[in-house]
Amino acid sequence: MGLAGSETVHAVSDVSLDIYENDVVALVGESGCGKTTLGKTAIGVQRPTRGTVSYRGQDIWETKEESSGWFNRGGSDGEYSETDIRKALQIIHQDPGSALNSNYVVESILSDPLKRWNPDMSEADRRERIYGFLEYVGMAPAEDYAERYPHQLSGGEQQRIALIRALLMNPDLILGDEAISALDVSLRVEMMDLLLELQDQFNTSYLFISHNLANAKYLTQRAGGRIGIMYLGELVEIGTPEQIIHNPQHPYTKVLLWATSDVHNRGEGVTTPPVRSLDIPEATDPPSGCRFHTRCPEARETCRNTKPALKDHDGDSRRTACFRGEDQHEYWQSTPLEEESTVPQQPAQSD
Amino acid sequence: MAAETHSTNPATMDTRQNDVIIEVRDANVSFSMDRGESRVLRDANLTVQRGEVLGVVGESGSGKSMLASAMLNAVVHPGQVDGEVIYHPQNGDPVDILSLSDKELAKLRWNEISFVIQAAQSAFNPTMTVGAHFEETLRAHGEDRDAGMAHARELLSDLYLEPDRVLGSHPHELSGGMKQRALIALSLVLKPEVLVMDEPTAALDLLMQRSIIGMLEDLQEKYDLTMVFVTHDMPLVTDLADRIGVMYAFEMIEIGSTDNVLDNPSHPYTRALLNAVPNISDRDMEIRGIEGRSPDPVNIPKGCTFNPRCPLATKECEVNDPDFRDIENDHEVACFHWERAREDIPLVARGDDSHSEPSTDGNGSFGGL
Repeated sequence: MGLAGSETVHAVSDVSLDIYENDVVALVGESGCGKTTLGKTAIGVQRPTRGTVSYRGQDIWETKEESSGWFNRGGSDGEYSETDIRKALQIIHQDPGSALNSNYVVESILSDPLKRWNPDMSEADRRERIYGFLEYVGMAPAEDYAERYPHQLSGGEQQRIALIRALLMNPDLILGDEAISALDVSLRVEMMDLLLELQDQFNTSYLFISHNLANAKYLTQRAGGRIGIMYLGELVEIGTPEQIIHNPQHPYTKVLLWATSDVHNRGEGVTTPPVRSLDIPEATDPPSGCRFHTRCPEARETCRNTKPALKDHDGDSRRTACFRGEDQHEYWQSTPLEEESTVPQQPAQSD
Repeated sequence: MAAETHSTNPATMDTRQNDVIIEVRDANVSFSMDRGESRVLRDANLTVQRGEVLGVVGESGSGKSMLASAMLNAVVHPGQVDGEVIYHPQNGDPVDILSLSDKELAKLRWNEISFVIQAAQSAFNPTMTVGAHFEETLRAHGEDRDAGMAHARELLSDLYLEPDRVLGSHPHELSGGMKQRALIALSLVLKPEVLVMDEPTAALDLLMQRSIIGMLEDLQEKYDLTMVFVTHDMPLVTDLADRIGVMYAFEMIEIGSTDNVLDNPSHPYTRALLNAVPNISDRDMEIRGIEGRSPDPVNIPKGCTFNPRCPLATKECEVNDPDFRDIENDHEVACFHWERAREDIPLVARGDDSHSEPSTDGNGSFGGL
């Protein structure tokens, strides 16, 4: 295997997603489903090979191209400059420890973006702003925390610093990529509550990437947001947490719910998983038609050939990419794929 | 049938209650550090019944992995283990695992008690096929190769793997979920009585995690195994475990039947932890975190280790370390104020918000596939 043979992997394929002002969207899926790629594409960190990403209606990558041309140092023709867009779209990572520069104390880490984006701000104003934030997130006395290095902070405190650094830009959207999964169980709720409180305070929108439906429900339910379910690079269902958790429509959403253990709903043992195969196909060679058809317990011949569009079947704004949402679809006359790949005994290449 | 493990009739339950397979007595683990002595397991006392699944739950740094290592006398150098871990074989005299020689220990592990660790990736030698690992294990323990490999194939099938394909593959040719399942099969190839697992599913996706839980239920049933399952993920273990032990600050603080611990948690920490974990069935979303931080193993609070974070702590808690007390049948807790805890720390977010059951065939065991 050599570099020349490297394949193009469409980590994310034909996804359309609007994020509104003051919105909270959680993308949930198994590893390799493309949720991180979609998140990074949404904030303009990763360029889509096809399709567009717009900030308030303005194409982000056109703006970036225009402002990087030497002949056009004045920036783009659009209303927003590349700088505006970069400030507006921020990210907090899974591992706060490696996201913070270990050679600088908290005050320097937080001063840096302010100096860069707000060069006119006086040192006293900067300090006041930073201290205010530290106290707001419960890191008091601020002057003590301001002098600490990242390794002198707990994981939860490091994550708060990463959050403050993002918020200092007054962003419109923050991408939280598994932002709480590195924290200890008892600290996760606190961090989620803080995120929601700040969202309320600063009218920031969030795009959360998570593999945990219970956390996604907690975040989106409190903020009136949406949960999006991803499978092999595609968005297969998106709706309110009530719709997704309590009335799932896509067979894959049902699989994720099956896989989510619940302290309060202890059954008489684990039931059979509602899939025909445990292992996920290779992302380099996704199945034809509906990508879930190789594992879906409801799959029929139609699903092998035709890709279902993500659409609103019931007029309640939830969108599902499954033929089962359409009463009149040819799917219902098509032959079930039942016995053809009754897996667990014959797992696919990889999960 | 996996379903029946939870509905064992009272008569069998009683015989099980008195059939101890592992007894941990005053087990302590410490490491000497420049800053002082680091006590990473403190006064662990517990019994594991033959044929039960004990879930050990705790946050990172609670000592749960140390407890698992101590049970197998597998604490890494320069850690010091004291106390006793008595193993009661089906036939034969009890042995203290902590006082065995290396040679005796090597014989006991795999044959009697097996260990599955979190990092399956590193447990396999990348230059050897999976099959060679099975053969080498059988050879090292003087077992018959053909009979052993036949059993290996059966175990791999029990774990929904294709024996031919998996045995002929090198570790890198298998996905994480397949490797972890192959490792579980390997750990069972010498037909041990006990399987101790430390976060065996932590690096895997949700679907694979829960599927493995289902497979473990079936294996436990089929081979009459005793299991100890260590995890930070409380919801994950609740379907599998007959009993649950909760650890905090290097100590066991509550232990009992799964229903007692989850429905009637009586240590303030257990109650707070349950309140801090969102569940998809939650209706009331008023969950909350636990104030403060877990203590440093070099500097453990005097008295009850939870007292600096506990809303119910009194003077007594700052001075005396509470012993375990029986509060009901199959339920022990180390707290002076367990009665008040039940009253004063309400369990929030108790779910009556059950989602539609997505399973395809209702209630069949995992083996129905």
